[in-house]
Amino acid sequence: MIQKFADWLIFNVVGLDAGTHFALALNFFVFETIKVLMLLFVISAIMGVINAYFPIDRLKHYLQTHKLYGLQYFMASVFGAITPFCSCSSIPLFIGFVKGGIPLGVTFSFLITSPLVNEVAVAMFLGAFGVKTTVIYVVSGIVLGTIGGIILGQFKLERHLSQWVLQIQRDSIEQSEKWESERISFFGRLPKIVSESWGIVRGVLIYVLIGIGIGSAIHGFVPEGFFTKYLSAEQWWSVPVAVLLGIPMYSNAAGIVPVVEVFVRKGVAIGTAIAFMMGIVGLSLPEMTMLKKVMNWRLIGIFFGTIAVMFILSGWLFNAVL
Amino acid sequence: MEIKILGTGCSNCKTLFTNVQHVAAELKLNANITKEEDMMKIMAYNVMQLPALVIDEKVVAKGKISVDEVKKLLQNYSL
Repeated sequence: MIQKFADWLIFNVVGLDAGTHFALALNFFVFETIKVLMLLFVISAIMGVINAYFPIDRLKHYLQTHKLYGLQYFMASVFGAITPFCSCSSIPLFIGFVKGGIPLGVTFSFLITSPLVNEVAVAMFLGAFGVKTTVIYVVSGIVLGTIGGIILGQFKLERHLSQWVLQIQRDSIEQSEKWESERISFFGRLPKIVSESWGIVRGVLIYVLIGIGIGSAIHGFVPEGFFTKYLSAEQWWSVPVAVLLGIPMYSNAAGIVPVVEVFVRKGVAIGTAIAFMMGIVGLSLPEMTMLKKVMNWRLIGIFFGTIAVMFILSGWLFNAVL
Repeated sequence: MEIKILGTGCSNCKTLFTNVQHVAAELKLNANITKEEDMMKIMAYNVMQLPALVIDEKVVAKGKISVDEVKKLLQNYSL
């Protein structure tokens, strides 16, 4: 239906010849933009609803008061996925968890998945690669968070935390404040959720437009299979390179997915593309500088290194399987 | 009254700060509005989401806070 609208707009209303590169690029741009904005709004709203009922304080309280026999890593990871991520919240979250006596490994599970699986990334993936790839991305993000937390939990990394954090940890006689749930009806919450979703859409709009603009240009002008030669699944090194390239690129998912989508259409292997995405949204330099406040460089190195290796492994896996 | 905005300088925190200033001026509140950017001091408030709004040393809201909410909170407080 959106495609029909885009066809109608470009070929009938504007009257461009459907055979030209420019018309194709423009048609692609209109179609993608409408589709992606609709998806962004819907996914943000769904995440908003889930989030209203499972705020982060509730998870903290739950992890503190329940014995979970290993399941806590998985739970922290799932919560990381549904909690909206903002790099400015990662430190308070980290401290809050440490203060609550939650093990470092579990905290890492949360920290890994939180930026990796967020509403913008999910919406953009859904628009670009369809349901199957999105589900694979989300599930692998949660699994990576779980496994990463368990691995990092084995290392006894507490000694690499900053001095003042250790002090807080020692002092945590934890005034296990009762978590008070606010009883607000679903319809009472709805206006706020809708306005927040709209805020997310507005916030990333410019990146979506730029990303899709670049994607459309490549789509219209670069020949099919152009990248196959260099970035197909056969070149084993393409995945590590993609992840390493992704780390310093702090683009949000909104801008980068439309470009990656076109790369995939032109022959880049899907596993390589997913690994690239993970490197971009899952590991970022701003996050690194934030984390410096609570841990030393060595621990940051271990943290980033472990995650990067896991991204690379999953990229290879997807290239082999998909 | 004493209003503090806790945040480390991300865009949401700055937005909240200006929003609070506007609302306080609009409601003609006699308020002292400050920004707290020191992470160690922020952590003393036990918040896990930033930015957070603190009125008279009490955390009244955290996370993304809309202008309407700011208005409601400040109004309730000034009564």
